[in-house]
Amino acid sequence: MADSIKIRATLKGDVCTVKALIKHPMETGQRKDKKTGQVIPAHFIQEVVCTHNGKNVLTSAWGAAISANPYLSIEFSGAKKGDKIALAWVDNKGEKDSAETDIG
Amino acid sequence: MNTKRRIFLKGTLAGSAVAVAVGAGLLSPRQVLAAWPKEAFEAKDIAASLKGVYNADMTTPSNDIEIKAPDIAENGAVVPVTVNANIKGIESISLFVEQNGTPLTAVFNLAPNALGTVSTRVKMGKTSNVVAVVKAGGTLYAGRKEVKVTIGGCGG
Repeated sequence: MADSIKIRATLKGDVCTVKALIKHPMETGQRKDKKTGQVIPAHFIQEVVCTHNGKNVLTSAWGAAISANPYLSIEFSGAKKGDKIALAWVDNKGEKDSAETDIG
Repeated sequence: MNTKRRIFLKGTLAGSAVAVAVGAGLLSPRQVLAAWPKEAFEAKDIAASLKGVYNADMTTPSNDIEIKAPDIAENGAVVPVTVNANIKGIESISLFVEQNGTPLTAVFNLAPNALGTVSTRVKMGKTSNVVAVVKAGGTLYAGRKEVKVTIGGCGG
């Protein structure tokens, strides 16, 4: 799952706002395929981590009730221009991706 | 003798693999988070999942937790929710949708320098309260907001 993350970090004073969009089906495991009647197996992101210069700002556990193509936004203080922000996720099938950006 | 050697080999192999991953600075949530709280996410009511996440069953209602969500959501599959908690020393924010089959939606563990603002989008099966539980200084605070759903977002 390469290039699944769009991430942007903006600065206001020393408060950084991280906004991320992740491309992922977030399948609950309760939906049925309309044609075959088969249950579509669950496939959703379980863990998301965001770091600032390698230090965790957010560690989170998600359930299947997060919408498809999840959006996430958090804020933290103590940031400055050019700092590195990274975001990574892992889903229930063990697929994962990560992305990095500079605060601009 | 042989079995012991085998166990020893296994141990060293596994150990070195972890060392390599850490040394390479690979960013992987699996190494950072404790196990995904499966029981909490599968719990059928908020009380049970609260126990799974925070090992507690009491929350204190708080007016300092603001939940921004639409009063009426046309599409339950995508309901934008922003939690804005004006409490000092926030360690964790978790989101519940009361009427969903499994209410727990997400747990956000925040670093001390993170502000109490988290935005995401959630699925809602039907009209329900959205509940945000904020853990700060060992106490759980709760805020809620009702969202009316016209088309459910669970099941197809």
